[in-house]
Amino acid sequence: MVSLILILFVALMQPGLIARTRARLSGRKGVPFYQHLNNVGVLLRKDPIYGASAGMVTRLAPVVYLGATVTAALLLPVGGFGALLSFDGDIVLFCYLLGLGRLALMLGAMDAGSSFQGMGASREALYGAFVEPALFLVLGTLALVSGQIRFDGLFSQVVSGRPEMFVVMILMMYALFKIVLVEAGRIPVDDPRTHLELTMIHEVMVLDYAGFDMALITLSGWIKTALLSIIGASALASVLEGTAPVIVLLALMFALLIGVLESTMARSRLSRNTTYIMTIVALAFVIFTIAFLVMREVSIG
Amino acid sequence: MGMNAHWDKTMNRWLKIDPREGRVSLNELPRLAYAELYDDLNRCLQDENFHVASYFGVTVPEGVLLICLVADDASGGVWLASYLYGEGGERILPSLTAVHPALHVFEREMTENFGICFADSPWNKPLRYAHDRADRRQSMNCYPFYAIEGEALHEVNVGPIHAGIIEPGCFRFICNGEQIVHLEIMLGYQHRGVERLLRETDNRLRQTLLCESVAGDSAVAHGSAYAMLVERLGQRPASEVLELERAIALELERIAVHLADTGALCMDIGYQLGQVACEALRTIVINTTQAWCGNRFGKGLIRPGGSFYPLTDGLRTLVRNNMEEVRRRFAEVTDDLLDSASVLARFEDCGVLTRTQALRIGAVGEAARASDLKRDVRASHPWGPYGALIVHEPVMAAGGDVFSRLKIRLGEVMQSISYVNTLIDRLDEIPEKSPRPDYTFPLAPSALAFSMQEGWRGEIVHVGLTDAGGRLCAYKLKDPSLHNWLGLALAVRGEGISDFPICNKSFNLSYCGHDL
Repeated sequence: MVSLILILFVALMQPGLIARTRARLSGRKGVPFYQHLNNVGVLLRKDPIYGASAGMVTRLAPVVYLGATVTAALLLPVGGFGALLSFDGDIVLFCYLLGLGRLALMLGAMDAGSSFQGMGASREALYGAFVEPALFLVLGTLALVSGQIRFDGLFSQVVSGRPEMFVVMILMMYALFKIVLVEAGRIPVDDPRTHLELTMIHEVMVLDYAGFDMALITLSGWIKTALLSIIGASALASVLEGTAPVIVLLALMFALLIGVLESTMARSRLSRNTTYIMTIVALAFVIFTIAFLVMREVSIG
Repeated sequence: MGMNAHWDKTMNRWLKIDPREGRVSLNELPRLAYAELYDDLNRCLQDENFHVASYFGVTVPEGVLLICLVADDASGGVWLASYLYGEGGERILPSLTAVHPALHVFEREMTENFGICFADSPWNKPLRYAHDRADRRQSMNCYPFYAIEGEALHEVNVGPIHAGIIEPGCFRFICNGEQIVHLEIMLGYQHRGVERLLRETDNRLRQTLLCESVAGDSAVAHGSAYAMLVERLGQRPASEVLELERAIALELERIAVHLADTGALCMDIGYQLGQVACEALRTIVINTTQAWCGNRFGKGLIRPGGSFYPLTDGLRTLVRNNMEEVRRRFAEVTDDLLDSASVLARFEDCGVLTRTQALRIGAVGEAARASDLKRDVRASHPWGPYGALIVHEPVMAAGGDVFSRLKIRLGEVMQSISYVNTLIDRLDEIPEKSPRPDYTFPLAPSALAFSMQEGWRGEIVHVGLTDAGGRLCAYKLKDPSLHNWLGLALAVRGEGISDFPICNKSFNLSYCGHDL
């Protein structure tokens, strides 16, 4: 239960931290730290509005998205605090719960029947398909170095104290940071602040959602970002003998880094995104190979 | 000189006017047969120094008179001729658009307003659905969009209501996946009937206000064009002080909009640093204009015959200091933009308008200069302090892409800042002040006058005609957007649809300037 509370804490703090970092770096005072919570609060009190062509799928999608994401959250332990559910192979379920959420959102977008949403869904499908191998390779590496195929023990049983492993985990955190950028739709992959529908990926999919449904989608997005950040943080913490507070701080660091990145660089051309995501996959594969060699104690040269 | 003599001979049926004069009596206006007009235009437009500055119909007692102004960038001259529609019996005219696509806007407008039929026009669609169009059955709801059949293609419609706080316009894309195959832009939603309102009122203050509102970001440029035109018709040339002040206002407007556009381009690629820096600088510039005349966009500053807001010593110091501040800080922004790999990756080779395309569609102003086509009224048809105190050498770029259009902006901000300083230095040498505005001086009867200005977007042309009683009976104005919208449609072909917004922003064309 504590782990779930910590995940929600990270999920609710990250958006504020990103906004505050961006505001400070652009020389502005910025909105209050809790503004994003107020916004969602307002959305939660509003009724959703549906377009004329929207059917059942549109109504179901936000619920399925939130349900899948929260279920995924039940599987993830934070530091010493165990997950609510744990069984062999839960890391696979975790990945596909995130996948289910994505699928629900894509179907919801297409159900709206607008060319904009269709465009967004097609982009999301492409990038989702590319980023999935990267996530699996990262989790696979963790399974390899810990000998576990469940989250319980995935981080705690990592052979620590070896400098090689420290390098592997630093790289792993970097790869997960990039996965977070893709999954959360941040610069350089997507721009959550833009008003230009033609350039959007995630935002254009949810263009027709309003009120309560929009709040669910927003919350799910935050939780998803928090989950992936915590995996990255846990990976590094595993070799530092770090406990839950360290993991939470590292996960919040992800938000800080996103803020810095978004203040100082431009978004990539959409056609470059595929290359960008393939680079993450390649990086994940390199990490896997290094971990494999280290575990087998193969020395090169 | 040899070339000029050659053209003088070829265009011997036309009336050549010095653009600094800009006025003729209607009796002197040559009236050609359509075949002559067609031949001469066809021939002279093959020389790229020539372009049609304005070509429009006017209702006269005998029918519809088509008046054409051809500008020659090499000699700085303007040629004038007219043709009475139907004279000689022909009702169906051969279209010049078929040979020179740049004329499509003019011919489409004539067809729309007067029902003039151009036989072989390749693209004679309604231009803006004017209130007083000839065929009221044509309506925006059934605009004949171009369509391509194909399994792989799909259409995306954007607008007329847009996500940002911008004007309405309808963009119809034909896409192959993410790639744009074709874009057609349908405008007219902002049509207010400016030209009709102008000729229906005798109140010259109201006319000034109308011209200031043709395009909100070009209030000074259109206001100055109107003031200059009326002063020419009234034979009341502006004093040097007045001309200097107008030029300062025009350059301030250019600086402000270029800064805003640079910031907006950064915003559209999600580059926050460039965006906030440029927004802050733009505020300094428009606040300077506000301190001068009480309005950040310079409305109220330009008036025929004089000015209510002399640039006092205190204001001159303010302008100088602010220009220095902007110059210093914008130099940093420029360096940063040109150094950022992620920014260059977005702008370079994106949305290319080739020089040939720019020439064929008659692109003007900043968009033309970014495609290596030198079109700048300040250099080719200078007025006031231009050509004398300021010998203008246009900033040019060759790429024709978004980056080239950005570079033009970066260069012109710096250039205009130095012009403002030069103009103020000259102003300091003149003791007298500009006179008060005058809305009542009489205008020459049965005359035609025109004025040309280089607004920040490009060439602005106003043409006015007076009747026998000396009242404005016809007014034709042209915003550079009229030509350049087609440039945008061509530039995005083959680009990803997600890059359309930055291509659009790099042109930053006016909807209401087009729709009038």
